[in-house]
Amino acid sequence: MVGVVVISHSPRAAKGIRDIAVEMGSSDTRLVVAGGDVDGGIGTDPNAIAEAITEAAGVNDDHRSDENKTANDNPTQGEIDDVVLLVDLGSAVMNAELAIEMVTIDNTVHIADAPVLEGALNATVEASSSKATVESVIAAAEDAREYSKIN
Amino acid sequence: MSEDIHERQRPVVLEAINAVADRIESEQDHLTELDSAIGDADHGANLTRGFSSVREELEEIEDEPIDAIVKEVGTTLISNVGGASGPLYGGTLLTASQELTDGITAESSVAFAEAYLAKVKDRGDATVGDKTMVDTLTPAVHTYKKSIEEDELPPLTALAKAVDAAERGVEYTVPLKAMKGRASFLGWRSVGHQDPGATSTLYILEELLAVAETHLEGETAVEAVAENVSETDESADDAEATDAEQT
Repeated sequence: MVGVVVISHSPRAAKGIRDIAVEMGSSDTRLVVAGGDVDGGIGTDPNAIAEAITEAAGVNDDHRSDENKTANDNPTQGEIDDVVLLVDLGSAVMNAELAIEMVTIDNTVHIADAPVLEGALNATVEASSSKATVESVIAAAEDAREYSKIN
Repeated sequence: MSEDIHERQRPVVLEAINAVADRIESEQDHLTELDSAIGDADHGANLTRGFSSVREELEEIEDEPIDAIVKEVGTTLISNVGGASGPLYGGTLLTASQELTDGITAESSVAFAEAYLAKVKDRGDATVGDKTMVDTLTPAVHTYKKSIEEDELPPLTALAKAVDAAERGVEYTVPLKAMKGRASFLGWRSVGHQDPGATSTLYILEELLAVAETHLEGETAVEAVAENVSETDESADDAEATDAEQT
C-alpha cells in the first residue's frame, strides 16, 4: 500500500479535499491531511506534515491490525509504507520537502507535481490498489495535470 | 581544543542571536509593510514570532556547543515561523550548522555561509535576479568567501565587505519582477518594491557584523568599489557615487 498526504495552506481545504477523495470509495487508502500553520491559520507547518507522513506510512498504526486483517498474508504488510504528498502553493512545497528530511523512518516519500484536488483523487484511487507503488501513485496524480474541464 | 573554542565563542553566538532577535522585532512593522506591498503581509509578524520563540529557547541551550545552538535556533524557527520562512530561515540553519562542529573559524564560517546559500537556493528553487533573499545572500557569500580565501582579509573585514555587498543586493531587488513566492503572482506589479525576505536577510547580516565588531579586530569601513573601477567610465561613476554616499 502507498499512503497519501494532502497538504494545503487551509486546514478546511485540506479536510475538504480529503472528504471528496474518500467519497470516491477509496477508504482503504491511508489518506492523511496536514493543513494550516502552527496556530491553525493559513499556512503550512513542517512538523504537522512530518507527523502526517509518519501516520500515512502506517507507523504505530493502531487501525492496521483491525482493518487489515489480511496483514499477515502479505509479507510487505507490517512494514512501513511509502508515501505520496499532494501540495497546494509554493511554501507548502518547501515545508513538505523539509518535512521529508525531518522524518526519520525508512521509506520513500515523494511530492506529486499535480493539482492538489484532482491529484489527490487520482492518487487515492491508485493508492488503494494492491499493486500500487510510489511511481504509479505519482503518475496517477500527475495525470490530473492534463485534465480539461471544458471541451 | 575544540571544546575550548565552543566555550569561548558561546557567549558571542548567544549575543548575536539576541541581537538578531532584537533587530527583527524592531523592524517588524517595516518588514510587514514591505510584505503587504507584494506578499501576504505576514513577514514581520512571522519572523518576530519565530525569534521570540528562539529567545525563550536560549536559556535551555546556552550550554550546548556552537553547532548545536545554531541547529536549535533553526529547529525553533521551523516550528514557529510558519509559511516559507520556516524552511528558508530555519531549515537552512539546520543544514548549515553542520559546518560549525569545530566552532567558528575563518574557514568554517565560509563553509557555513556557502552551505546556507546553497540550501536557500535549493529549497526555494531560486537564483539571482528572482527578487528574493538569494539576491542578498549571493553577493554577501561570494564577497565573504573571496575576501577570506583570495584576499586573506581578517574575518571582520570580510564580513563588513559582505554586508556592504548584501546591501546593494537588497537595492537590486527593487526594480526586478518577482519570479518566486507569493510576489510572483503579482507579476509586473511587483516591480518597484523592495523584497521583504532580501531585506530581513540583510538585517540579520548587519547584526552579525555589529556583534562581530565588538569581538574581532579588522577594518570595517570598507569601500564599496569594484577592483577594476578605472577600466570603464560607467563603473567609475558608480564608484564615485558610492564613495560620496559613504562619506
